[in-house]
Amino acid sequence: MKLTMNKKTKDNLITYGIVVVAFAVFQLLAVTGNLSSHMKGLLVPMTYYAVIAVALNLCVGILGELSIGHCGFMCIGAFTSAFFSKVTEESLPTAPRFILAFVIGIAFAALFGFLIGIPVLRLKGDYLAIVTLAFGEIIKNVINAFYIGVDSKGVHFSLKNAMELGMEPDGQLIVNGAMGITGTPHNSSFTVGIIVLLLALFVVQNLVNSRDGRAIMAVRDNYIAAEATGINVTRYKMMAFIISAAIAGAAGVLFSHNITTLTASSQYFGYNASIMILVYVVLGGIGNIRGSVIAACILYLLPELLRGFNTYRMLIYSIVLIVMMIYSWSPKVLEWRKRTLGNINFPWKKQRA
Amino acid sequence: MALLEVNNLCISFGGLRAVDDFNLSIEKGELYGLIGPNGAGKTTVFNLLTGVYKPNEGIIRLEGQDITRKSTIEINHAGIARTFQNIRLFKNMSVMDNVKVGLNERFKYSTLEGILHLGKYSKVEKEMDAEAEKLLKVFDLDKEKDILASNLPYGKQRKLEIARAMATNPKLLLLDEPAAGMNPNETKELMDTIALVRREFDMTILLIEHDMKLVSGICEKLTVLNFGRVLCQGETKAVLSDPEVIKAYLGE
Ligand SMILES: Nc1ncnc2c1ncn2[C@@H]1O[C@H](COP(=O)(O)OP(=O)(O)O)[C@@H](O)[C@H]1O
Ligand SMILES: [Mg+2]
Repeated sequence: MKLTMNKKTKDNLITYGIVVVAFAVFQLLAVTGNLSSHMKGLLVPMTYYAVIAVALNLCVGILGELSIGHCGFMCIGAFTSAFFSKVTEESLPTAPRFILAFVIGIAFAALFGFLIGIPVLRLKGDYLAIVTLAFGEIIKNVINAFYIGVDSKGVHFSLKNAMELGMEPDGQLIVNGAMGITGTPHNSSFTVGIIVLLLALFVVQNLVNSRDGRAIMAVRDNYIAAEATGINVTRYKMMAFIISAAIAGAAGVLFSHNITTLTASSQYFGYNASIMILVYVVLGGIGNIRGSVIAACILYLLPELLRGFNTYRMLIYSIVLIVMMIYSWSPKVLEWRKRTLGNINFPWKKQRA
Repeated sequence: MALLEVNNLCISFGGLRAVDDFNLSIEKGELYGLIGPNGAGKTTVFNLLTGVYKPNEGIIRLEGQDITRKSTIEINHAGIARTFQNIRLFKNMSVMDNVKVGLNERFKYSTLEGILHLGKYSKVEKEMDAEAEKLLKVFDLDKEKDILASNLPYGKQRKLEIARAMATNPKLLLLDEPAAGMNPNETKELMDTIALVRREFDMTILLIEHDMKLVSGICEKLTVLNFGRVLCQGETKAVLSDPEVIKAYLGE
């Protein structure tokens, strides 16, 4: 018993260690002037993509439910927190405001996770994929139609245009339709991103090693047996999905506080963005939390690092994708990894009842 | 009062009366056999008892309490645990964790304590580990506790399924053809395991089997199902010498 506990704890510590070491290396490169400003600009996005990859892996790998709209939760987190930060920019000091922004972004993303989970998670089958896909697209389009302003009378809201808000002359337009939110304070930094990533890892890894985590994985492996064992399948599906949405929301907060103009564009929040996160998760190894972090970082940075190769860029990128696929999924390589690294990677299988 | 009391249970799938006017009474401590040819409706009876299917008619009582319309989860909490004809383990989880899932509803701490690994977490996890190890030892699975359930040999997978069911601390254990697919050696070992469960946990067991020879050796009472109806019911000896039963089995 001691042995298993130690092994799991050790495994978790290795993950935190990798993140901390990577952080130190990048910081060192930055301090010694070895990072171009272009590269520096990639560090915060790298952290929020790693965070959302962890979130999605909780949903896909631990819970075993396919979601292709996780960027929708990121979008919710981004907009609600940016709105809050804009409104309170003058009245609150930076640190507590930013912390509250996280609370708000996470809470709203979790709320939407709950609302989507209610109808979908009771069903058995791949409905979640379809519904989350639609959700991601809808949320993007809805936010694009929002006009919200604040003046001394309070909050004004319109779906038509900024004039319709009928604000006082000194009123502040905060959400400007498809132009989104401009001028959210730039509070995200590489350090904050790493802290959020460590917290996300802490939550997910600890959850997996708790009774709730075991129940969630039991539902994934065989929900019929889970029910017969007294496990409340709907409750645990809901729990995992809400936590996953909440963490995706935290990634959104990092996102919105790192960008001058926040728009609900397809590039960041569309289904293709969600599928890109899914690619990180699949290539990092489904159910392998550490793998998601590593895959997200490598696959996010790689196309940027390969800019010098011009024409061969996408070729090299594809080769890396294939190599990672083989590393994470080939039975022979898994066997080899198990023997040499003692690293058991549980291949994920969706059970059909 | 009987531990399990089933009256006039009926269910149809379309036009097929899979179980018709089924009655059963099991006393505490009994090892009861439910036998019948393939397709007789035995597994369907289990699915009715555990709330997987809702009966069209009839009533199921556990210790006098009506559990007929309860959900599978509630029925497990009320005290019925089962295994499956086609093994259903949590394949990508360790042997130990399979049993700990069975302990999930008996050893509790909050989600927050679980996420933070604080509060009751360490204490309760230790208790769970101890309890799980005790169970695994009984089923001779303690050496395999860290390997994935799917990597266990077939016979041990059957045992693990029973261990997981026992982890929920049931009053009644339902075993659906536990010897299916086993060689004679494994079958013999399984019979010993069942005897052990009775002795060790003082368990009441309802056992499905289609091999008549196998059950006749260990069950005190039998119910024979044929085409969804009870053909014969009572003490094992009397049932086995019943002409109807002999005819049904020879006519197979
Ligand atoms: N969900 C279902 N839908 C339709 N028919 C079913 C269903 N479950 C069982 N049956 C039918 O009920 C009959 C009894 O099946 P079952 O209980 O599995 O038999 P046994 O376990 O005795 O071999 C079979 O004819 C089977 O096809
Ligand atoms: Mg059957």
